[in-house]
Amino acid sequence: MIGLVGTLWTVFRHALRKRATVQYPEEKAYLAPRTRGRIVLTRDPSGEERCVACYLCAVACPVGCIALQATEDEHGRRLPAFFRINFSRCIFCGYCEEACPTYAIQLVPDFEMGEHRRQSLVYEKEDLLIDGPGKHPGYDFWRVAGVAIRGKDKGEAEREAPPTDPRSLLP
Amino acid sequence: MMPLAILLGVVTFAGGLVWAERRLLALWQDRYGPNRVGPFGLLQVVADAIKLLTKEDWVPPFADRALFVLAPALVMVTALLSFAVVPVAPGIGVVGSNVGLLFFLAMTSMGAWGVVLAGWASNSKYSLLGGLRSAAQLLTYEAFMGLSLCGVVILAGSFDLREIVLAQRRVWFVVPQIVGCLTFLVAGLAAIHRLPFDLPEAEAELVAGYHSEYSGMKFAMFFVAEYVGITLISALSAVLFFGGWLGPVLPPIVWFFLKTSFFVGFFILLRAALPRPRFDQLMAFGWKVMLPVSLANLLVTGAIVLS
Repeated sequence: MIGLVGTLWTVFRHALRKRATVQYPEEKAYLAPRTRGRIVLTRDPSGEERCVACYLCAVACPVGCIALQATEDEHGRRLPAFFRINFSRCIFCGYCEEACPTYAIQLVPDFEMGEHRRQSLVYEKEDLLIDGPGKHPGYDFWRVAGVAIRGKDKGEAEREAPPTDPRSLLP
Repeated sequence: MMPLAILLGVVTFAGGLVWAERRLLALWQDRYGPNRVGPFGLLQVVADAIKLLTKEDWVPPFADRALFVLAPALVMVTALLSFAVVPVAPGIGVVGSNVGLLFFLAMTSMGAWGVVLAGWASNSKYSLLGGLRSAAQLLTYEAFMGLSLCGVVILAGSFDLREIVLAQRRVWFVVPQIVGCLTFLVAGLAAIHRLPFDLPEAEAELVAGYHSEYSGMKFAMFFVAEYVGITLISALSAVLFFGGWLGPVLPPIVWFFLKTSFFVGFFILLRAALPRPRFDQLMAFGWKVMLPVSLANLLVTGAIVLS
């Protein structure tokens, strides 16, 4: 009986507590910098697209919402001809970001993507590309990996360091 | 005019209660509750009503159609009929029956019958279990509900609820009948299947218990009937033990409203705070604790009045 009254009193006192609810449209909850939200394609410090159209993100995607087609520019560098993400399928798992070898595809803290038409949730490359390097400023995949184009192998250009040989790090 | 006014008043109060319960539960759970539709979310009830009214009126093919349709109406009608005998204020009330209290008890039992029928007619195992529990619960609480009110009847010397209120001019019956009041509150909670005694519904175990198969307006009937039931038990607690409309300064109807609202708030607090007992625990509590206690209360009251 005492326990019963104590329970009622404890619950009653909760009326004076601070509310746990965040009244969403007016006040927004804090989103951590690494929140997995909308997907973007970033550029390297020189302003070029980082994506090399390796398809790893499309393979890693558990719901198959990423579609892309590889092509080459006049120097033989790989680029996506189109890059399409269907956000009505995307589950924001971040596997594409983990799979990406060039830090091109990244998830950003933004989830407010509501649309009235389903088709509006299909984002093309122009919609996905942002101007900056995202979470990895200063990283340039081609400077780390070296690039072989027609007439020049990796590390053969002027003022270009020879590429890192990962096997040299082995004991 | 009076029956219509009471009917509208009760249904409006029950509708407001849907909103009030959600807001109060939220208040005690560190939330806000519905606060978007209209001022303070008051129009949430209207939005819910529109939603339920425009839903498909569906009867499962495996259900017993006639009983399936009858059950929610029965629950609703009995809950509303009980209000016929509730004296709101001097001159406000539907009928002044000299067996008002018995009529109330009869109608409460009939309401439980509707719940049992709903469980049976749904022809689904969860509904049937809910109905079964309702039947067992009915046997448990009916036994001591009547007995808990006998003390009041002895003191007032009448089954007429108006007479009972007038007999409390000197002192409210909650003082001499505190045991009767507590047992009646427990029985009332069980009678309207209200948490913590919502075993027939028990959404944690039985999907939604006896109304698992119901949707749309038929579900809304059960829903509104539950809130009418809360209002009814609150109003009767006020009438039987807390002097009904009696009170200083304020007009009688305001006193009645305040007392009823207090019990409504108390019932909602109970819902916010208490867990649901197991089925056999409720039965054991009813038969082994509440029944002897109310019998003893009746015995003592009778002895004192006679001596």
